[in-house]
Amino acid sequence: MSTSYLAKNVENLKPSGIRKFFDLASKMDNVISLGVGEPDFVTPWNVIEASYHSLEKGYTAYTANAGLMELREAISDYLNKTFSISYEPESQVLVTVGASQAIDLALRAVVDPEDEVLIVEPCFVSYGPAISLAGGIPVPISAQAKNEFKITPEQIEEAVTEKTKAIVLCSPNNPTGTVLNQSELEEVSSVICKHDLLVISDEIYAELSYDDQAASIASINGMTDRTVVISGFSKSFAMTGWRLGYAVGPTDIIRAMTKIHQYTMMCAPTMAQHGALEALRNGNDSVMEMKTSYRQRRNLVVKALNEMGLSCHLPGGAFYVFPSIRETGLSSETFAQKLLEEEGVAVVPGHVFGESGEGYIRCSYATSIKQLDEAMKRMNRFVEKHT
Amino acid sequence: MEQKEIELLKLLEKNGRLDTVTISKMIDISPEEVEQMIAKLEKENAILGYSTLVDWSNVYEYEGVAALIDVKVTPVRGVGFDKIASRIYRFPEVKAVYLMSGSYDLSVSVEGRTMMEVSRFVSEKLSTLDTVISTTTHFILKKYKHDGIIFDEDNDDDKRIMVTP
Ligand SMILES: Cc1ncc(COP(=O)(O)O)c(C=O)c1O
Repeated sequence: MSTSYLAKNVENLKPSGIRKFFDLASKMDNVISLGVGEPDFVTPWNVIEASYHSLEKGYTAYTANAGLMELREAISDYLNKTFSISYEPESQVLVTVGASQAIDLALRAVVDPEDEVLIVEPCFVSYGPAISLAGGIPVPISAQAKNEFKITPEQIEEAVTEKTKAIVLCSPNNPTGTVLNQSELEEVSSVICKHDLLVISDEIYAELSYDDQAASIASINGMTDRTVVISGFSKSFAMTGWRLGYAVGPTDIIRAMTKIHQYTMMCAPTMAQHGALEALRNGNDSVMEMKTSYRQRRNLVVKALNEMGLSCHLPGGAFYVFPSIRETGLSSETFAQKLLEEEGVAVVPGHVFGESGEGYIRCSYATSIKQLDEAMKRMNRFVEKHT
Repeated sequence: MEQKEIELLKLLEKNGRLDTVTISKMIDISPEEVEQMIAKLEKENAILGYSTLVDWSNVYEYEGVAALIDVKVTPVRGVGFDKIASRIYRFPEVKAVYLMSGSYDLSVSVEGRTMMEVSRFVSEKLSTLDTVISTTTHFILKKYKHDGIIFDEDNDDDKRIMVTP
């Protein structure tokens, strides 16, 4: 037998449960996918045009490691306007290759071997593996359906040990769509302060909140200096393929992240940074328009799902609903697989986002009304058959 | 006007075939309320009709031409441009009439089966009207975008992969 050259921590990583559904779904015809975790809009034209223009003008070289200064200034202005927090463009803003890279950098910058990092499941699939790859130990907390998947201060209290260094939060949330409001964030913050934890706050869906503007935990008293905010352009500006995100936070952590970034990435793509600058300067109308459309589709899907007996709360943000499928008596995995095979509708089984997602499925409503209407018809037929 | 009414109008403006039940869920009112709202908006002339955007160039063996005509007129005391506009817009081949700022007065959109037909309309009907001083006819060679819809593009084409985190 030949030697395996693979690193142990990579070998030990579980493959993502999402992959399996992707493979299944892509082999079939006439599938309606509610499994897509990205906008169905094309990037607003002014953004695309600005990026073309930058290429025409010859902006094809590296930028500063931390990103174009103008873009960092625009990010800082935007955060100041939206959440009333000020970040120094020179030292507290880092432009990254997607929020994904920002999450990775933040974890690598702060995690020592064996440090514990709390994650609130169900959650985005990358947090756990990114913590492990940084040498830390992910410690999941299960947010409860009865609390609309909101984390409680008591749950954090229970999970904290001497080794806990940080907690990753995500509001509005993928996969539940849940948004923590100001007072909920304040309650959570007080336990976090008490135990002197760092927060890595993934706020990539902040602009996509439908009832009130989502609050940032960084704006809460005493939290600015212990929070790294992760965000980006993928969701709110429909720019997933551009691979552009950012992190803002305390100077020492952003500096440390920039150091890793400088050695491992150099800088985020230049043409994407020029597009992002236009997005922040002149993209607000497009965001508002997309937001209205998501809100209407959210209302449609939440009503239709509840009517067919898949109960779900009205999620405040992102573009996911997370209904319970317990009525059918099927596991998430079986439900999703049968639904795909029998009705050609792809959803993501809840357990891939963590154990507490079992009994739920994630449906993305970032798909045309026509497709959503048809998907709801098919799902209704499926649920009737299986209950 | 009420917020929900504007939402309803925007939805219908984009897709006149959206059904009542779907709309009711999207804007969070009952189907009956949607019906009532539509009836009210029709009565108030906020909704004037429901049409379908057809790309005739994709219809087999269909022949047709369209032209935009710049018209200069002499406004008439008391009625301004309205009287002459109303004489023009009543012709069935006229699809749109706008009063313009700038170097001419009325912009008239005309459709016909052939160029001959449109030319005849301009020379015999339009330019012979009393107050019309001059006309400049521009035939439309190709439609790229109309009423916010891009022609010649597969809009339904979803370029995303099936399942992503
Ligand atoms: C919660 C969350 N964080 C981060 C990301 C990654 O975003 P980006 O495209 O900026 O890397 C996603 C994408 O699905 C997400 O849902």
